[in-house]
Amino acid sequence: MTNYDKATVEELIDGTIEFYKLKEMLSSFKDPGRFDTYVSILQERVPWKERILLPYSQHLYVVLKEDGQRMIKCDCGHEFCGDKENWKLHALVYVRDNEEKMSELYVKYLAPDTEWQVIREYYCPQCATQLEVESVTPWYPVIHDFEPDIDAFYEEWLGRPVPDPHK
Amino acid sequence: MTIRKADSSVKQGDLLNSQYRRNIGWNGKTLKEMREETDRMTAETGFYAGLQELKLKESDPIRFEKIFSKIRGGVVHARETAKKVAASPIVEQEGELCFTLYTPEGDSVLTSTGIIIHVGTMGAAIKFMVNHDYEVNPGIEPGNIFCNNDCQIGNVHPCDVHTIVPIFWAGEVVGWVGGVTHVIDVGATGPGSMTVGPVSRYDDGYQVACRKIGQNDTLSQDWLIESQRSVRTTKFWLLDERTRIAGNHMIRDLVLSVIAEEGVDAYKQFIREVIEEGRRGLINRIKAMTIPGKYRQVSFVDVPYRHTDVEVPPYAKIDTIMHAPSEITIDSKGQMELNFDGSSRWGWHSYNATPVAFTSGIWVMLTQTLIPNDRINDGAYYATKFTLPYGAWMNPDDIRTAHSYAWHFLVSAWSPLWRGLSRSYFGRGYLEEVNAGNANTSNWLQGGGYNQYNDIHAVNSFEAAAEGTGASAVKDGLDHAAAIWNPEGDMGDMEIWELIEPLIYLGRSIKPNTGGYGKYRGGNGYETLRMVWGARDWTMFFMGNGYMSSDCGLMGGYPAATGYRFDAHQTDLKQRFAKQLPFPQGGDPYPEQHNYEKNVHAEVVNRDKQTITTETIYGNYDLYLNYLRGGPGYGDPLERKPLDIENDLNGGYVLPEYTSKVYGAVITCDLDGNYHVDIEKTEERRKEMRSERLQRGKPTREWMKEEKDRIERKEASVQVRHMFATSFEITEKFLDDFRTFWDLSDSWTLIESEIEMPTFGSGHKHSNKR
Repeated sequence: MTNYDKATVEELIDGTIEFYKLKEMLSSFKDPGRFDTYVSILQERVPWKERILLPYSQHLYVVLKEDGQRMIKCDCGHEFCGDKENWKLHALVYVRDNEEKMSELYVKYLAPDTEWQVIREYYCPQCATQLEVESVTPWYPVIHDFEPDIDAFYEEWLGRPVPDPHK
Repeated sequence: MTIRKADSSVKQGDLLNSQYRRNIGWNGKTLKEMREETDRMTAETGFYAGLQELKLKESDPIRFEKIFSKIRGGVVHARETAKKVAASPIVEQEGELCFTLYTPEGDSVLTSTGIIIHVGTMGAAIKFMVNHDYEVNPGIEPGNIFCNNDCQIGNVHPCDVHTIVPIFWAGEVVGWVGGVTHVIDVGATGPGSMTVGPVSRYDDGYQVACRKIGQNDTLSQDWLIESQRSVRTTKFWLLDERTRIAGNHMIRDLVLSVIAEEGVDAYKQFIREVIEEGRRGLINRIKAMTIPGKYRQVSFVDVPYRHTDVEVPPYAKIDTIMHAPSEITIDSKGQMELNFDGSSRWGWHSYNATPVAFTSGIWVMLTQTLIPNDRINDGAYYATKFTLPYGAWMNPDDIRTAHSYAWHFLVSAWSPLWRGLSRSYFGRGYLEEVNAGNANTSNWLQGGGYNQYNDIHAVNSFEAAAEGTGASAVKDGLDHAAAIWNPEGDMGDMEIWELIEPLIYLGRSIKPNTGGYGKYRGGNGYETLRMVWGARDWTMFFMGNGYMSSDCGLMGGYPAATGYRFDAHQTDLKQRFAKQLPFPQGGDPYPEQHNYEKNVHAEVVNRDKQTITTETIYGNYDLYLNYLRGGPGYGDPLERKPLDIENDLNGGYVLPEYTSKVYGAVITCDLDGNYHVDIEKTEERRKEMRSERLQRGKPTREWMKEEKDRIERKEASVQVRHMFATSFEITEKFLDDFRTFWDLSDSWTLIESEIEMPTFGSGHKHSNKR
């Protein structure tokens, strides 16, 4: 089973990987060492010290605080909430709920009709990165996309304890 | 003499059978007894058929693999060979066929490539025959041929016609082989395989319910006569059937040769073990690629039936929305549960689905991501738990439902699962596997009448097999390339479509701005402009999403564009051609500019968001725009690389003004018409756009208070309220969660009867409750 070196995984993260290398990656068995290489690269790149437990989404991470808390944190440094909460409830939201707002994105006739559907853009309150977009009906509850079971992932799948802030 | 009570109910035929007929299952059992035993042992042990050890595989792995490869290779080969028998471009060009091998009791062992949604549906048909004592009546014998396309027994929609034959060895059934093709027409209320218009099962067309149609490898004459009189496209039907039979018989011969070589006991052991191996394989793959936890997502489809161009009975004249919320739970053992609680109710339209269509079809999507290998069988099904709420559109509580285009809802419901799983791929660093979702695979150009050859005909343009795919975390989605339901599909050759359809191409172009924007954009769709030519009489209709985009984007990317329709009736094109005047050609990149209309005069032009219509009459020289959708985007569009934006502009994938509005690009155009992105100015503009976001964005909880007020006032369109009302009624938990999320009182509710639309049929659900 191929294991990819740090440079290749960096190319993957940066979207600069050569197509045939990418194709080979897609067609091959998955390399179990990827997670550690990936996290180590991301850890080097973020401007803060907390340990990354899990890359949660583009720009977002579940990190381990010194007091043992797990937080969802943006790579700009903004901390949203604990890892069990829905980070979107702690973000900024902009709702495209009329034709004029839709027309900034879509050509006329290609936009959703806001009587049927709205677009909700969620931004980081600090760096203003657009972190998620929901296209849902009006009234739709804010979706809690992902609740990882980090303990089971480390202990039962990776076969090692979850990192401890005091070790 | 006293006759025992039990004996008095035994019919003469049954007595004869019990005395003289030998059971055809293994070791003297009936197939029904085998089915019950397999189910019991699987439930008791958690292993398929109780197989805790894979004795053949473990003792002789090379032999196991050799048997697998021989059969799998033969099944794929049979598909490739048999499809050349077909004349239908849906089968021959698009590959809309599949062959699957089953156990005697109907579990799938392995399958060919193609529309592998049917890995489970044909199995459901076999199980139906097994459970309904077909062994006794009408009898299952060597050389028999059976047919099924009944959705409520085991199908997705009636146009997927199954031909199923038993495989016998020494008087025992050692398995079944099923072949399926997507036929062009099934004699529904409207022409085309997936017609819009059926609102009940009785409009859906010719439905064959697990019927014996041949003996001694020969089709019965009464079957041939009846089936030919029941569909519009008789020649295609006939050749499709021969395709299925040819493939089935090739595979039957192959299996018998394998048994002759390996021995029947080894074969029997192999087919059991390969299913258990499939079950374990999925769990291993889940552990290798994902992260345990919960993943939630949702999709919608607009059902705009109140429009005047949708001619259906009064009770079906409602606007509503298909709602498919999904929660994936992956537990610490690698077991996956897919829960669709909260889904909306079935409806009087053509898009309902059956549970087996849902649980079987999902593998056509998952084989493109989670299990991209050749070990597709019922093992994966046994490894997955499904919760499909009773009464919802994928588990109707009423047998009357129509299913002719079940895919419309199905693919929209499955696509977010791929998006959800992509969050785990992202977390583990398998960025190459991330996919933002899929296009709503439409429009479907369909229709029929007397064609250019003066034959009764129907068409279903499978140009829809090439849509834009979702973006990944590494690169853009593929443009006009594939469809979630048939990863091998393509758009087909124009020349072939023109031979089959009385529709001339006036254009085939990339449709700009249809892929969702993002750091990596969704693949763009494309559009073809067709002119009716040579038809004696002809109808067509539109089928796609228009008012809504089915899927979200991922991690900051936008959803794909929605649909619209353009057609023109009673045009002056004949005169224009004679005078060599300009006429509409190519694409429609700026729909609001009405550019086609500048070069044609038509008595009626439809240019609007109503992309569901029933049959409309088209004359020669009338126009129809077939627009195939794009895929969703990934990541913040302000992070898109300037070079990618330049390529989009110069390739015609995005309109210049939107690069500024969406990507913050500052562009110039040189004298040769090539676009360039000014990197420094773009960076400046992006900084400004980020500031604008901070100004216009509201803290989510603050916005939620405003939205709560609207909910309390029940301020939303009728279709939105109808969707929620049906979801609330079917899944009480969804209502409870809704109240909790919005902090509504326990007395807040919304029921169908308070909505100003017919709720015909909904009253039966209480009597059907189980």
